[in-house]
Amino acid sequence: MALDHESIGQVVARALDAFASASSTSELKDARLAHLGDRSALAAASKEIGSLPGPERKDAGQRLGAARAEVTAALAARQAEVEAAELERVLAEERIDVTLPVELVPQGAQHPITALMDQLSDVFVAMGWEIAEGPEVEGEWLNFDALNIGPDHPARGTSDTLFVEPIENHLLLRTHTSPVQIRSLLDRPLPVYVVCPGRTYRADEFDATHVPVFHQIEGLCVDKGISLAHLKGTLDHLARSMFGQDITTRMRPHYFPFTEPSAEVDLQCFVCHGASVGDPDNPCRTCRSQGWIEWGGCGVVNPRVLAACGIDTDVYSGFAFGMGIERTLMFRNNAADMRDMVEGDVRFSRSLKGVAR
Amino acid sequence: MRAPLGWLREWVDLPEETTGRSLAEVLIRAGLEVETVDRVGAEITGPVVVGRVLASVDEPQSNGKTIRWVQVDVGPEHNQPHAEYPQGCRSVVCGAHNFAVGDLVVVSLPGAVLAGGFAISARKTYGHLSDGMICAEDELGIGHDHTGIIVLPADAGLAPGDDPAGVLLLRDDVLDIDVSADIGYCMSIRGLAREAGQNLRLPYRDPVDRGTPAARADGYPVLLEDPACPLFVALTVTGIDPSRPTPRWLARRLVMAGMRSISLAVDITNYVMLETGQPLHAYDATRLTGPIRVRKAAAGEQIVTLDDATRTLHPDDLLITDDTGPIGIAGVMGGATTEIGEATTDIVLEAAHFDSSSIGWTLRRHNLPSEASKRFHRGVDPNAAYSAAHRAAQLLVELAGGTLADAETVAGGLPAVPGQAFAAGLPSAILGVDVAADRVVSILRESGCDVEVDADRLAVVPPSWRPDLRDPYDYVEEVGRKLGFDRIPSLVPPAPVGRGYTPGQRARRAIGSAVAASGFVEVLTFPFVSAEELDRLAVPADDDRRALVRLANPLAETQPYLRTTMLPGLFAAVARNTSRGNDDLALYEVGRVFLAGSGEPAPIPGVDRRPSADELAAIEAALPSQPRHFGAVLTGYWRRPGWQGAGVPAGWEQAFALVDVVGHAVGATVDRAAADRAPWHPGRCAALSVAGELVGHAGELHPAVCRGYGLPAGTAAVELDLDALIRLAPGAGSIAAVSPRPVAKEDVALVVADDVAVAEVRAALADGAGELLESIALFDVFTGGHVPDGQKSLAFALRFRAPDRTLTDADTAAARDAAVAVATARTGAVLRAF
Repeated sequence: MALDHESIGQVVARALDAFASASSTSELKDARLAHLGDRSALAAASKEIGSLPGPERKDAGQRLGAARAEVTAALAARQAEVEAAELERVLAEERIDVTLPVELVPQGAQHPITALMDQLSDVFVAMGWEIAEGPEVEGEWLNFDALNIGPDHPARGTSDTLFVEPIENHLLLRTHTSPVQIRSLLDRPLPVYVVCPGRTYRADEFDATHVPVFHQIEGLCVDKGISLAHLKGTLDHLARSMFGQDITTRMRPHYFPFTEPSAEVDLQCFVCHGASVGDPDNPCRTCRSQGWIEWGGCGVVNPRVLAACGIDTDVYSGFAFGMGIERTLMFRNNAADMRDMVEGDVRFSRSLKGVAR
Repeated sequence: MRAPLGWLREWVDLPEETTGRSLAEVLIRAGLEVETVDRVGAEITGPVVVGRVLASVDEPQSNGKTIRWVQVDVGPEHNQPHAEYPQGCRSVVCGAHNFAVGDLVVVSLPGAVLAGGFAISARKTYGHLSDGMICAEDELGIGHDHTGIIVLPADAGLAPGDDPAGVLLLRDDVLDIDVSADIGYCMSIRGLAREAGQNLRLPYRDPVDRGTPAARADGYPVLLEDPACPLFVALTVTGIDPSRPTPRWLARRLVMAGMRSISLAVDITNYVMLETGQPLHAYDATRLTGPIRVRKAAAGEQIVTLDDATRTLHPDDLLITDDTGPIGIAGVMGGATTEIGEATTDIVLEAAHFDSSSIGWTLRRHNLPSEASKRFHRGVDPNAAYSAAHRAAQLLVELAGGTLADAETVAGGLPAVPGQAFAAGLPSAILGVDVAADRVVSILRESGCDVEVDADRLAVVPPSWRPDLRDPYDYVEEVGRKLGFDRIPSLVPPAPVGRGYTPGQRARRAIGSAVAASGFVEVLTFPFVSAEELDRLAVPADDDRRALVRLANPLAETQPYLRTTMLPGLFAAVARNTSRGNDDLALYEVGRVFLAGSGEPAPIPGVDRRPSADELAAIEAALPSQPRHFGAVLTGYWRRPGWQGAGVPAGWEQAFALVDVVGHAVGATVDRAAADRAPWHPGRCAALSVAGELVGHAGELHPAVCRGYGLPAGTAAVELDLDALIRLAPGAGSIAAVSPRPVAKEDVALVVADDVAVAEVRAALADGAGELLESIALFDVFTGGHVPDGQKSLAFALRFRAPDRTLTDADTAAARDAAVAVATARTGAVLRAF
């Protein structure tokens, strides 16, 4: 071929046209081979340079070099364009429906009773208390006698308590978590600050508000100089931690053999804050417009209980309290029927979402 | 205890504006459990007035009834003009015939609403316009009598047009109080009136207005032969008129208090019991034979009680007897043989005191919660007996026309009341609020205590009606109750630094979180099972799960045992879910199982001291073993068929993976080995172990078990001894340096016999590969093709790495060859060329 300016310009123009009309990387590859490959016009021209005389060779070499540079640059630029266009096409093709339902594993859940017991325990552990545990089949002495529930107390009858056969062996299914308090007083060094969450049993009916197998959490503090005021402070702290900073408790005198003085503890309604009392237009279903919710029992530990554990009642005093977990769940989360809690329906276990309030 | 407000007003000067609700609030603050306040009669509204019958004409009807056409004077406000009667009247139709012209009756006029929402209007009936109605008891809600209308007493000072509500005790607020075991004195109008008076600082009169005199024996002879009866008062009333009815006010009060009206004499004893809290019993004097003896029952002795039941007595039951044998179970229920009847004219009244514990046992043994036993077992004021007997006798004289004999019997006497001494500062210390010593003294004195002050100590003797005041802390509570618990400040106690959760508690929490996060749903089931359950699981006779603990009084006789395995409860949960259309299930439960122990009894040590180490050890030894178990069951789909394609059924694979999740949560490596254990499929059951110790089983259930429980075929289950697993779990371990050197990979395929376990080959390879081995993973299992029958090819990917250098090909090849050599030696594996 001629290596004059015009001829080389035509070769370059053909190459640039070919690149511009290539619309895919494979077409561009073909164009590259055709216009920059070993058999291309430019390659042929390079070979011809050697046969040119000296001065012409130099000029032609410069022209050819510039032409090759122009073609190579054009190829690179087109290459980038084509690749970008191709990537765009691929990305468009790879689009997914991001609303498709997916799951890593099926939806699991801890039982709301377990979650609530853990949450209550956390409040006390954060206060420096410890979690005490004990067996569910328990010695009668630990469940009753040591708690000042004497042999003639009606709760010790077979109509209230489930006994292991034979009854004379004095073994039973614990009717409250209180025997764990006794175990704590027997086993731990003083002072004792423990809560005992766990499963308990009574020969109770089985309906929407009673289950014979249920859960409690009880607290026990025995230290020097402990009074009913410390009980009130602890209950208030628990109420605030569980139900909000402005929620408080009240105590009403009551009777329990293991505490003296004894009280029932009511929780200020965390939904209406008492506003529903005497306002029939805005009833509150959480507190049944009472302003207060019955929560549990409490009191100063009866010195007879401490004495049965060998504790000097002139030096130490204490308080104890207990709540039903099922009941707490019922009023906190509007659970309507206690039977749902023990029937094992997965829909019940899955019903609480996220971190409990 | 149901207490009508009007009855309380007789003994405490409550202001006019006091209502049942306002008094209830006061009593609740004082620690009484007022369950409801019934506004009795509140539903009766509109004109209900006294009327005098002016004329009455009997008119036979075609339906066989005879009605009366009655003209009745209902007072100037309500009378309509009438030609014959200048004062006017109303004309009404009445179906009853138990009245005469001149009688005073109760007339409800149009506009009135009676019991049950019964609205009165003028209506045409039997050819007349009946302009009102003459009322019977049931229509006013004051009784069940509908045999006739109410005829009011002529001597009650009533005139036509008057409101009959007062004389009928038509309306009252009744407080229903659940009296707890320690305040027996509130099982009476007396006790409640006292509480109301003390808390409202109002004058109170005590219906027990007599002391107890010294013993005397000139009345009916009484012999006390048991210390459980320290006092027995017997009065004799003769010549009562058995035809006299119970006055309306008395019957009405009994009904409002929740009792029935039976006969005048019985009603009087009940009335006085409700008022004073002292149970009374009336014997027909002519049916008593010989002296009354109070003694314990003989073994096998029997009595027919007032409810016509024959009861066999226990040697600890306290009896009232005469020469014929038992005539009553003391403090619980009288006997049939001496019961007063329609012809009784002479009565011996019993007012006795019985030990609360003795009565409590008897009432439970015979399941006889009578009005008397409910009071005696809570504790009755012994000093009320004499007064109550006289109050009842006085009513028998006044209302029944009887004569009280001068001769009376007072056997025994008041039991001694133990006092107590304590520091005057004790209430302040325990209540956590400052209560001055003189305030403590005044509160206790208002409660009836006798208080002596000696420097800073108080010597206190409680009143006879307060057996609950025994220990110093009982007095602290009394002070606190009267002060009001709302006075107690709120103070968080200074707990010492705690150690947080125990390692075991943390481990159980970690497992629960990990398992729930892995897609399993926790359930809580009852731990009660039948013995047949183990047969359904095909558990063999000598299996440890047959060590059942039986309940003496199970909730259901069909499930009298405690579970020894978690699986039946989980299977029942599966069945319940599938019956409700929840078919794809991955359930778990953490709970205790119960394995029968020694069968030795647990001792009952005393309570006045700490039990000895031996006593405590004996209690522990008597308890069944109660390890915490983890159970899980999988059925249906693990991953449901969906847009991605076919579903993944839930089965043994997920069960095994779950075991790894549980182990991983506590850092334990759980090894699996083929096992044959019910209720699993014998070829698809893994024994699970940690550090060589068995901790449980997992796998697919036996098809026969699935059929027996109605579970889908392929259902898988896991049961782990959680306590053992956590005990065996190692500590967290140390963190090795992470080598930055390149990894060298080698794949090997080994042909082994079919029955060689993957884990065995894997372990051999790992042992042989030595320290350079970083990881080993099975990536293929192949049979058929070039692999001979009865054999399988296992392909493992081995990764090698050194901490300090880049491995050469020779290094890796040597390690690989060493690995294969050990596998060959142990399992007969043959290296297969790729």
